[in-house]
Amino acid sequence: MSDERKLSYGQAFNEAVSQMMEADPDVFCAGEDIGAFGGVFGTFLGLQAKFGEHRVVDTPISEQAIVGLGVGASVTGLRPIVDLMFMDFICVALDQIVNQAAKLKYMFGGEASLPMTITTAGGGGLSAAAQHSQSLEALLCHIPGLKVVMPSNPYDMKGLMISCIKDNNPTVMIKHKRLLGMSAVVPTEAYEIPLGKGNILRPGTDVTIVAYARMANEALIAAAELAKEGIECEIIDPRTLQPLDADLIVDSAKKTNRVVVVHEAVRFGGLGGEIASQIQELAFDYLDAPVTRIGAPFSPVPFSPALEQHYIPDAKTILAGVREIMQRNVIRG
Amino acid sequence: MEISTTKQFDLHRRMVRIRLFEEAAGRLAEANRLPGFLHLYVGEEAVASGVCGALNDDDHITSTHRGHGHLVAKGGDFNRMMAELMGKATGYCKGKGGSMHISDTSLGMLGANGIVGAGSPIAVGAAFANRYRGRGQVAVAFFGDGSTNIGAFHEAANMACALHLPIVFACENNEYGEFTPRHKTMAITDIVDRAAGYGMPGVIVDGMDVIAVHEAAVEAVERARQGGGPSLIEAKTYRYYNHHGIQNLGLKYRPDEEVATWKQRDPIFTFEDRMIENGVATREKVDEIWAELRQDIETAIQFADDSPYPTPDQIMVDVYTKSSTSNTTVGTKS
Ligand SMILES: Cc1ncc(C[n+]2csc(CCOP(=O)(O)OP(=O)(O)O)c2C)c(N)n1
Ligand SMILES: [Mg+2]
Repeated sequence: MSDERKLSYGQAFNEAVSQMMEADPDVFCAGEDIGAFGGVFGTFLGLQAKFGEHRVVDTPISEQAIVGLGVGASVTGLRPIVDLMFMDFICVALDQIVNQAAKLKYMFGGEASLPMTITTAGGGGLSAAAQHSQSLEALLCHIPGLKVVMPSNPYDMKGLMISCIKDNNPTVMIKHKRLLGMSAVVPTEAYEIPLGKGNILRPGTDVTIVAYARMANEALIAAAELAKEGIECEIIDPRTLQPLDADLIVDSAKKTNRVVVVHEAVRFGGLGGEIASQIQELAFDYLDAPVTRIGAPFSPVPFSPALEQHYIPDAKTILAGVREIMQRNVIRG
Repeated sequence: MEISTTKQFDLHRRMVRIRLFEEAAGRLAEANRLPGFLHLYVGEEAVASGVCGALNDDDHITSTHRGHGHLVAKGGDFNRMMAELMGKATGYCKGKGGSMHISDTSLGMLGANGIVGAGSPIAVGAAFANRYRGRGQVAVAFFGDGSTNIGAFHEAANMACALHLPIVFACENNEYGEFTPRHKTMAITDIVDRAAGYGMPGVIVDGMDVIAVHEAAVEAVERARQGGGPSLIEAKTYRYYNHHGIQNLGLKYRPDEEVATWKQRDPIFTFEDRMIENGVATREKVDEIWAELRQDIETAIQFADDSPYPTPDQIMVDVYTKSSTSNTTVGTKS
C-alpha cells in the first residue's frame, strides 16, 4: 500500500527535490559531489541521471561561488537549490548568505526576490571533530531575510523541503547527519508543511519540552521514560526556527507551566535563549519555574568519542533537566 | 643537483614512515578501532617527504584534511599520532582534534585542516611572521588540486606575492577532489598555470619521484629564504585509497586500471630500486629499515592502546588561553 510506504530522512529529502524538479523546470541543484556521485550523504542520488547535468550540477569546491550562483540565478528568475556539504562550510560562504541573499530584496526596495534554498548537513555525534560537527543555526536565525528549517523526521523533511523550494525567499534547510537513516511512513504525493508552523510531537500536561532536529527524538525517548514516573511531557518541535512558531510554544507553556528547551548547539547564545525569552515575555504569569535551557557546553565539538558523548545533550540530559524543573515551584501570592 | 647518500636515506625513511603509519591506520580503521574520518596519504609520500626534506626543523608547514603524511614527514611522533587517531588523552591534540586536526606546533606543523583551502592563508601568516622576526624561516602550504578552486587559496597566493613573502605553495595534484575528477571542476589541466596569474614562478614535478620533488623544493625554499619571494610546485601524484576510508578498488568514480597504473610507479619501491641500482643501498639495508620502522609502529599502537581516554572534565579545558602572555604593556585610561 502506497500510503504505508516508508522512506529514510535522506530519501525524503531526495524525493522532495525530485518532485519539485519535475514540477518546475526552473528548479536546479548545484553543489560539490552531488551530481555523478549523488552527494557525500547520498541525498542527491539518482537526480543527475534523471534530470541531466545541466540541472544537477557538480561544482568546484567553492562555497562562496556556490551560494553566489544561487543568489544570482534566483534574482534573475530561476529557483536554485544550492548545497553546502557540511553546515560548518557556511562560514566560507557567509558573505553571500548574510550580506547578499538575506538582504538584496530589502536593499532593492522590494524590487527583487530570491527563491533559493541552501541545503546543508549539521550536527555532531560522528567523531567528525570541531569543523564538521557544528550546529550553527542561531547564527542564521539572527539574520533578517533568511528562513531556517531543521526537520526531525522523514515526514517533516519532505513537506518542509517542498515548502523551502516553493518559498520565494532564501531558505536554509539543515539536515541532521545522524537522522539521515531514520525511516518512517512518507506519503508519495508532494505535500507542503508551512514554514513557521511547529508541531506537537507528543501531547502532555505536566511540562513542555521544546526540541528540534535530533534533539526532538531524544526528547521523545526521555518523555516515554518520564511517563513511567507519571510525568507527562508535551513535546513541541518548532520545525522552522525562523520564523519561529512562538504561539504554539507559548500556548503549551501556559498549559503546562514549565518549559525545557533543548538543542544540540552551544547553550550560550543559542536558540534556547530566544525561546525562553519569548516565553517569559508572553507567559510569565503562567510559569511555575524558570525556563530550563539544555545545550552543549561552551567549547568547540571535541573529537574523541569519550568527550563527544558527554558534550552532546541526549535523552539522559533531558530526563535530568525535566526531573529538576519538576522539583521547582513558585509560590504564588 | 647532487643528492647525498645520507639525504637519499633520509627521504626514503620519511616515505616509509608515512606508508607504514598510514597502512597501520587503515588496518585499525578497518577493524573499527578509529573513530571519525580517515583520509589516507598512501601513494603521495614523495610529495611531503621531498618537500619536508628540504626544510629545517623550525620552518613551518600548513596541511590539509589528508594531513598525517605532512606531520610524519616533518618528524611527527608515531606514538602521539596514533593515540590522537584513537582519541586518547596522550595524543597530539589530547583527543580533541583527531585525524583531521593533527598538529605539532613545536615541529612547525600548524595543523591538518578540516576546511579545504584554509591552510594556505595561515601559511601566509606564518611566512609573514617569519620575515617579520628575520630568522630566515620559511613556510610551506601543502594543498590539494581541489582546494585551488576556493577563494582562500587565491587570496593567499595573491597576498603572498604582493607582500613578497618567504613561502612555498606545494600542490598535491591527485586529479580528484573527493569523488569528482579534477577536469569537471576547472578548465585548466595544470595547477601550475595559476602561478603566473599571481606573479610567482611555478614548476610541475613528478610527484611519484621523491628526488624530483626534493630538487624543486630545495630550489623554491632557497628562493624564499634568500628573499626571492613565493613559488608554486605542482606535484602530479595519486592517492591509492578512496577519498576517505580504506577502499581502493571498485570505486564508481575512478577505474581500477588507473589505480594499477599509478601503483606501478610507486614512489617508495621505484626509489628503492634506483638506490640499489645506483649502489646507494642494498636490498638487505632497505629491508632492515622497513623492519625497524615496523617495530616503531607496533610500539605506537601499543602505546595508543594502553593510553587512557580523556575525561569529561577536559571538555572545557583549552577553549581559551589562560592569561595574556604578550610582553606589551598597555596603559589603562584613568
Ligand atoms: C570548505 C570545504 N568544502 C568542502 C569540504 C569537503 N571536502 C573535504 S576534502 C575535499 C576534496 C579536496 O580535494 P583536494 O584539495 O584535491 O584534496 P585531496 O582530497 O585530493 O587530497 C572536499 C570537497 C571541506 N572539507 N571544506
Ligand atoms: Mg585532489
